[in-house]
Amino acid sequence: MSFTEVTLELLSGFAVTCQLFILTLIFAIPLGLLVSFGTMSKFSPVKYFFKVIVWIVRGVPLMLQIFIVFYVPGFFGITFLDRFPSALVAFVINYACYFSEIYRAGIEAVPHGQTEAGLVLGMTRRQIFTHVTLQQVIKRIIPPMGNEIITLVKDTALARVISVIEITKKAEFFADKAIIWPLFYTAVFYLVFVGVLTLLFGYLEKKQSYYKI
Amino acid sequence: MSILEVKNITKSFGSTEVLKGISFTLEKGEVLAIIGSSGSGKTTLLRCMNYLEVPDGGSITVNGQPYFDSNEKRLSESEIRQRRLHFGLVFQSFNLFPQYTVLQNLVLAARLLQRSELKAELKEKKINKLVFREKRTKIMNDTEQNARALLERVGLSSKADFYPCQLSGGQQQRAAIARALSLTPDILCFDEPTSALDPELTGEVLNVIRSLKSGDTTMIVVTHEMEFARNVADRIIFMANGVIEESGTSEELFNNPKSELLKNFLGKANQFSK
Ligand SMILES: Nc1ncnc2c1ncn2[C@@H]1O[C@H](COP(=O)(O)OP(=O)(O)OP(=O)(O)O)[C@@H](O)[C@H]1O
Ligand SMILES: [Mg+2]
Repeated sequence: MSFTEVTLELLSGFAVTCQLFILTLIFAIPLGLLVSFGTMSKFSPVKYFFKVIVWIVRGVPLMLQIFIVFYVPGFFGITFLDRFPSALVAFVINYACYFSEIYRAGIEAVPHGQTEAGLVLGMTRRQIFTHVTLQQVIKRIIPPMGNEIITLVKDTALARVISVIEITKKAEFFADKAIIWPLFYTAVFYLVFVGVLTLLFGYLEKKQSYYKI
Repeated sequence: MSILEVKNITKSFGSTEVLKGISFTLEKGEVLAIIGSSGSGKTTLLRCMNYLEVPDGGSITVNGQPYFDSNEKRLSESEIRQRRLHFGLVFQSFNLFPQYTVLQNLVLAARLLQRSELKAELKEKKINKLVFREKRTKIMNDTEQNARALLERVGLSSKADFYPCQLSGGQQQRAAIARALSLTPDILCFDEPTSALDPELTGEVLNVIRSLKSGDTTMIVVTHEMEFARNVADRIIFMANGVIEESGTSEELFNNPKSELLKNFLGKANQFSK
């Protein structure tokens, strides 16, 4: 197998990796916000419900969660989700919970005085959130979100346990035919991807550095 | 008619009775200083007047209109929001919005308020799209003009486009004062406005407050600055353990304190300043 052929094969797997990555972010970023509101709810049944969910999702290996989403519905006679959607659902739930904890920490770190200042100025709670708190939360969560999102890039490789053919799975096909080097070659793809994300998050952080909190 | 009438306000946190029946009145243009030792309930009283805390009992009347009444049914959020515009509050820790420039800090609330009123008019079809746009532009211009005028008053015209983190503590507090004035409250409250400042910066803030007095702003100032209270306040309230232990003109309180607690308090304050 030539280098070019291998590269093309791996690229087709990398496309799946990227899809899984992007779709996970698109759903998990807003879902995480809802979960964080749940864990901060003043109504304690809601609060503890979400806290337990977050505890379970963060406490169980992601690989196991992928298996659960893929196989468990079948036990109840519900039609299987396909492989890719199963992996996606598991990733979205898992990452939404991780993100929710980052959001919660970010929201709780904004001094209460900011909200009170807004209230005294006759602003509504919603206005205070969108015009005062939110941007400060974003500034605070950019670094930990960067970390988590970079972890996601590498976690996508776990989808191969239910035979989603992403880049690592592709490389394993080569390994099965006793061609080992493509497996190591995949590292280059991950490194480039993570490199780009590192630059992006550095840029975002810099954009918010015009003020201190 | 007094601009403010506070009657028998009580407030407890759990089993701690913090305010045990506070009553006083304030006339338009008057400056009231509230002094008293730590934990006597001064901050809690200001917070009650700004609806940051809800008193357990008593009533507050502003301009003869009910502002708070413990016998009244619970108010909705928007009713509270309407009412609290009668008061402004300057915090000990400034609480400027760090992501906005000084000017943006001053215009934010006024714009949100006026724009939402305008949007309501558009929704009810009282005005058409064209008028809406014109009025919106007018709001942008008017609020900016008003903000610049306020910055002029507190001596910060040159800092309009600075971010809070680029200002000294004294400048931040002056900006916060201007912001509190941006919605033209009837009564402006200060909670120890100079306590978070280095001693050399307190003067500039106190001077601004003094200048507001000559501009006829009605003010309530919680302060540990005895000299300031003595020179600027028309009337002084001395609080101790959740009650008004003594009140009167600065002459009366400083030269002729009656209660033992006040004598003690002034003695300590004197020692401290020497
Ligand atoms: N949210 C709260 N929950 C419980 N107790 C509170 C709360 N806020 C204030 N207190 C208590 O109420 C009492 C009065 O507090 P307050 O802050 O009004 O005093 P203060 O006169 O402003 O004191 P200082 O001069 O130190 O600012 C204190 O004993 C305080 O511990
Ligand atoms: Mg206080």
